[in-house]
Amino acid sequence: MSDAVIRPARVALVGNPNTGKTALFNALTGSRQKVANYAGVTVERKEGTVTTAAGRTLSVLDLPGTYSLRARSPDEAVTRDAVLGRLAGEEEPDVVVAVADATNLRLVLRLILELKAVGRPMVLALNMYDIAQRQGLRIDLEGLQQELGCPIVTTVATRKRGIEELTAKVDELVASGALSTDNTWHEPSAAEIRGAHREAQRILKAYVRPPERPDTFTAKVDAVLLHPLAGLLILGAVMFLVFQAVFSWAGPPADAIEAGVAWLGAEVGRLIPGDLLRSLVVDGLFAGVGSVLVFLPQILVLFFFIILLEDFGYMARAAFLMDRIMGVTGLHGRAFIPLFSSFACAIPGIMSARVIDQKRDRMTTILVAPLMTCSARIPVYTLIIGAFIPDRTVGPGFNLQGLVMFGLFASGVVSALVVSFVIRKVFWRGAVEPFLMELPTYKLPSAESVARNVLQRAQIFLSRAGRIILPLMVLVWVLSTFPSAPAGATGPAIDYSFAGMIGHAIQPLFAPIGFNWQMVVALIPGFAAREVAVAALGTVYAVGDAEANATALGVTLAHSWSLATGLSFLAWYIFAPQCVATLGVVKRETNSWGWTAVMFGYMVTLAYLASFAVYHAAVALGAG
Amino acid sequence: MHDLAAEARAQADEALAGSTRLSVARPGDRGVIVEVRADHAREHGVDVHELERRLLEFGFVEGARFELLHEGAIWKDPIAVRLDDMRIALRRRDAEDVWVRLDTAAR
Ligand SMILES: Nc1nc2c(ncn2[C@@H]2O[C@H](COP(=O)(O)OP(=O)(O)O)[C@@H](O)[C@H]2O)c(=O)[nH]1
Repeated sequence: MSDAVIRPARVALVGNPNTGKTALFNALTGSRQKVANYAGVTVERKEGTVTTAAGRTLSVLDLPGTYSLRARSPDEAVTRDAVLGRLAGEEEPDVVVAVADATNLRLVLRLILELKAVGRPMVLALNMYDIAQRQGLRIDLEGLQQELGCPIVTTVATRKRGIEELTAKVDELVASGALSTDNTWHEPSAAEIRGAHREAQRILKAYVRPPERPDTFTAKVDAVLLHPLAGLLILGAVMFLVFQAVFSWAGPPADAIEAGVAWLGAEVGRLIPGDLLRSLVVDGLFAGVGSVLVFLPQILVLFFFIILLEDFGYMARAAFLMDRIMGVTGLHGRAFIPLFSSFACAIPGIMSARVIDQKRDRMTTILVAPLMTCSARIPVYTLIIGAFIPDRTVGPGFNLQGLVMFGLFASGVVSALVVSFVIRKVFWRGAVEPFLMELPTYKLPSAESVARNVLQRAQIFLSRAGRIILPLMVLVWVLSTFPSAPAGATGPAIDYSFAGMIGHAIQPLFAPIGFNWQMVVALIPGFAAREVAVAALGTVYAVGDAEANATALGVTLAHSWSLATGLSFLAWYIFAPQCVATLGVVKRETNSWGWTAVMFGYMVTLAYLASFAVYHAAVALGAG
Repeated sequence: MHDLAAEARAQADEALAGSTRLSVARPGDRGVIVEVRADHAREHGVDVHELERRLLEFGFVEGARFELLHEGAIWKDPIAVRLDDMRIALRRRDAEDVWVRLDTAAR
């Protein structure tokens, strides 16, 4: 190279799903990557940089996996538009790297033929070459290279093999000044797809000898994991274990984070003169940061399992097993994991809805995920059930309190099913899209890639969702703090605040569902998070440290609320969107305040209707 | 014109004689795909030609060998099909458009 400055180049990674594209991207760019969103869509944009041996900087774009440039989902549309250079705000790539699973070339060859029609300089990365070699698969690389007219590099992304050769080839292409030829790509018709298959078949036959030792492991494992009965039992067991882990591993660190942030806040608070400023820092900022951080352990643990199972190849099997059940609501099997995760917490559940490639299903899943009974509702349920439902056995082995708790969980699930059915009817006019999904071969996940992906989720949550959640938390604090109580006030301070004023003002609206003004006031700080409702009720009823002193609060409530009111409050908490963090994540994942508003609106409406029905039924039965 | 079309249709039907829809196959069935034809009135949420192209893109193409590997626990749906060297899961309703000829030995 004689140029004094070597021109940087743009590289786009394109390939089928499950070909190791993410692993290759990580091997190329290491920690020099940035995750953001494409302008205007919810698709994740991953870009990183790598310097070639010749000193050229490559900025590498990891595009969503696809089987065709004929995009079927928003993710695939991004891939198509990026490759075609049509994506708003994106420069077109100088070189396309087609990533292929060397052991599974048929479908990707068809994609490569499409990419060739686009006419950009291209390098083919034959990934998973270790597996191909282990199977004794013979590929005539020289011949294939000639046939396809593009350089081929064999790679093992998980062991970073072939990475330098790949960047060297890209470098060569750019240095040689290879230019795009005319773009002749258009949406292929059915006849053209058939033709491309014949062409791919011919190429396969000519240059690829079938494996001597084909993979039999996947078939053996599938015989068990996809067995109609054993498969479901194992899925149940896996989910149970994941759940156990979320509660037992994430619980203690979450408590520690809460305590740690509170302690730090108090320490910092000592240094701050002036009550108001101190309260802003301690109760507003620190509590706000704490309430964001407290989700981290759950996100880390849940995503650890989700990504581990995904990389192993099990997630597609779980989707297969659950597809028929999910299908009752019009959702696909892929929606199962996000909804299931939402039993721990809707936030990782909503974040994991990304595995669903159809936009409609993704939106529906996100919208109903908060109806699943998350762990933050349990303290509220426990408090109210303890105060109002007698602890007595009904029938053999059934406890009335336990039954009510079960009923609350079941109401969440049933309403999620009904709501997703309605969403489909209202927003998507009842359409059910076809469900086609590759079941990838099982692979040993690589620890490094799992760790990297888990940390990436955490980072996305903190930097992007946190940015929405924190200001909302501070807003909730401002509402419950200002104006402060006048000197010599007798009632609790919150009563004089905006929250108090709002609570009193809208209390008439809540009278038909049996809420008194104390409850309405408590709902406002309760937006911070569902379990905060316990503390908030403690504040308005002036029961010191309500969380530690739940029994005392329960006794107070039992005296001041009727049974109908207690039940109505429970019904409210099944549905109401009392969680700012969830709203923040929905905004971030849907990239739209509109959808966030739809969710908020329908949940408040359902909560109101349910409480209304429960309250009046209970009053009619003499529990008023 | 019309006669030609009818004739072509008749020929196609003849070629399909002895074939069945993939949607009625059972685990263990093997055979070859004889036609992917999106022509029935079932509501798929996408138009029938789109479904045909999707099936083709996943490798459901005339001449491909298949084996039905697994079926779901509930209503035996969806199904997992081995196509050459891949495994694809799909619902029976979407498999209706795939016509296959079963190897007689398999039954
Ligand atoms: N043995 C082997 N496994 C790989 C290789 N590349 C990726 N994998 C594994 O294949 C699985 C899918 O990889 P991933 O990068 O998530 O695929 P993507 O869906 O194309 O992004 C993961 O379990 C990876 O660890 C490779 O070259 N060799």
